[in-house]
Amino acid sequence: MTTLAHTLGDGAVVAKRNLIKIKRVSELLLWTTMSPIMFVLLFGYIFGSSINIPGTSYREFLIAGIFAQTVVFGATFTGAGMAEDMKKGIIDRFRSLPMARSAVLVGRTASDIAYNSISLVVMSLTGLLIGWSINTNVIEALGGYLLLLLFAYAISWVMAYVGMLVSSPEAINNASFMVIFPMTFIANTFVPINNFPSVLRTVAEWNPVSSLAQAVREAFGNTSPSMYETDAWSLHNPIIYTLIWIAILLVVFVPLSVRQYQRAASRT
Amino acid sequence: MIRTSGLVKRYGDVAALDGLDLVVPKGTILGLLGPNGAGKTTAVRILTTLLEPDSGSAEVAGMDVIADPDQVREHIGLSGQNAAVDEHLTGFENLDMVGRLYHLGKTKSRDRARELLDLFELDEAGDRPTKTYSGGMRRRLDLAAALVAAPEVLFLDEPTTGLDPRSRVVMWGAIRDLVKDGATVLLTTQYMEEADQLADDIVVIDHGKMIAHGTADELKTQLGGERIEIVVGQPSDIELARSILAELCLGEVQVNEQSRHLTGAVDGGTSVLQEVLRRIDATDVTLLDVGLRRPTLDDVFLTLTGHIAEETTDEDAGGDHETGRALIKEEEVV
Repeated sequence: MTTLAHTLGDGAVVAKRNLIKIKRVSELLLWTTMSPIMFVLLFGYIFGSSINIPGTSYREFLIAGIFAQTVVFGATFTGAGMAEDMKKGIIDRFRSLPMARSAVLVGRTASDIAYNSISLVVMSLTGLLIGWSINTNVIEALGGYLLLLLFAYAISWVMAYVGMLVSSPEAINNASFMVIFPMTFIANTFVPINNFPSVLRTVAEWNPVSSLAQAVREAFGNTSPSMYETDAWSLHNPIIYTLIWIAILLVVFVPLSVRQYQRAASRT
Repeated sequence: MIRTSGLVKRYGDVAALDGLDLVVPKGTILGLLGPNGAGKTTAVRILTTLLEPDSGSAEVAGMDVIADPDQVREHIGLSGQNAAVDEHLTGFENLDMVGRLYHLGKTKSRDRARELLDLFELDEAGDRPTKTYSGGMRRRLDLAAALVAAPEVLFLDEPTTGLDPRSRVVMWGAIRDLVKDGATVLLTTQYMEEADQLADDIVVIDHGKMIAHGTADELKTQLGGERIEIVVGQPSDIELARSILAELCLGEVQVNEQSRHLTGAVDGGTSVLQEVLRRIDATDVTLLDVGLRRPTLDDVFLTLTGHIAEETTDEDAGGDHETGRALIKEEEVV
């Protein structure tokens, strides 16, 4: 077997193990499906009643933003999963087996694609019920979903790295809250950024979460001319800009995480 | 099969291992005996490629653990202190996963998983998530996981710590069977009886260094003399019994206040025993049990290090452990 096939094969075995856990721990699955529904309804009705988006409806605008936020938050799951594994003896078992060095990480990040996919399906159905629609074709829409999953995958590697650094699975929730909350709010996810104060506006314009939401809006045909009232290249070329970020995150955090995994001893 | 030379591992100023040399010939069990913090787990982690030593060398199954960790992993099985099984997976799924990660292939992994569940009497529980298992069942599953690929060399890091006496005896049986099939085992333990029961060869370590080496019999002979052991009925009897023993025994009399056990080394065997009985009979002291026995590894450890291994035992071994010892002691009393 080649090294790559080896890694993917072992990664699949680990991913299967993680998926069995999602299946068995029913409250996890419940959280996976309930929280996106809650977000869509909460923002759709509460913010939607007072925010006016020129050229489109708020709910059309909102969905891509919620998608972007949810998949980024989904990476917390990856981090917590790694932190939990590191805390338990199971990581010693894995590290003493002749499996590919990166397989635990490959499997973990891969199984979280499944987790994010479930969220996206549930949110899409909820969105359709409250008046969101895809105004393009199937291919473009799938492209939008693909970009969301790719971005989530890259963030998963960041959180996997963080998950191995923290001392407990609980710490990861606090850490991610401090970073992911501002990251997903200082963006065009829930409100247009045109009226942000200048510094925040610049941050929001170059925030990859903004470009992701913008790209997904394009893919679903949920755009309006007001979204392009900016000089920022990132928002005029959101797909390329988002892909660049995905590439950078993967190039930096895949090797970093694999190295950390090899070094980290079980903390028990 | 296992050979280490001058292994050193430091954590800050503390030397977890301070120049450890071990040799374990093929098909034998080496018992690595020592209290908590003696460096047993560090040695196992280095030999199983989980940790790199600061200096020294180590070979497992003819391969260098530092230079060829990937090769070493193909030939070893590890069963750790903390049962390393996934609590959400069933027993079968755990073993199947390990088989796949040893690259046994789909069919072989499944067959092997069922075979091991049978062997460890987990077949009925095999399709339940392991979080429903008792501590003893998890340990057995963990040991089974170490055996999936029928490795040449097995590392068992305190396989029975925290187990109740009955589960411990079951584990011992399983470990003995393994060696019959030709495996080489390095077993760490803080239980003297365990090393005594299982190991062909015993290395006692303390503070990362070997302080004694030999078979159980050799270690006991090093101390010479038999031990007289009595159990008195009341806590108030202890002082008087102690003074009687002190007059007739060599060296200090060891007293366990809780279990009211008193132990002393003697030279004259049965004649001293008779004298002890005669003198105690003349007092009000109630005698629950009395016996003459050969020194246990507890005694060996006490003599070598000046402290009893178990006094540093971690809390979680707690109650079970005390009962376990009492039971086994009774069997040893002549």
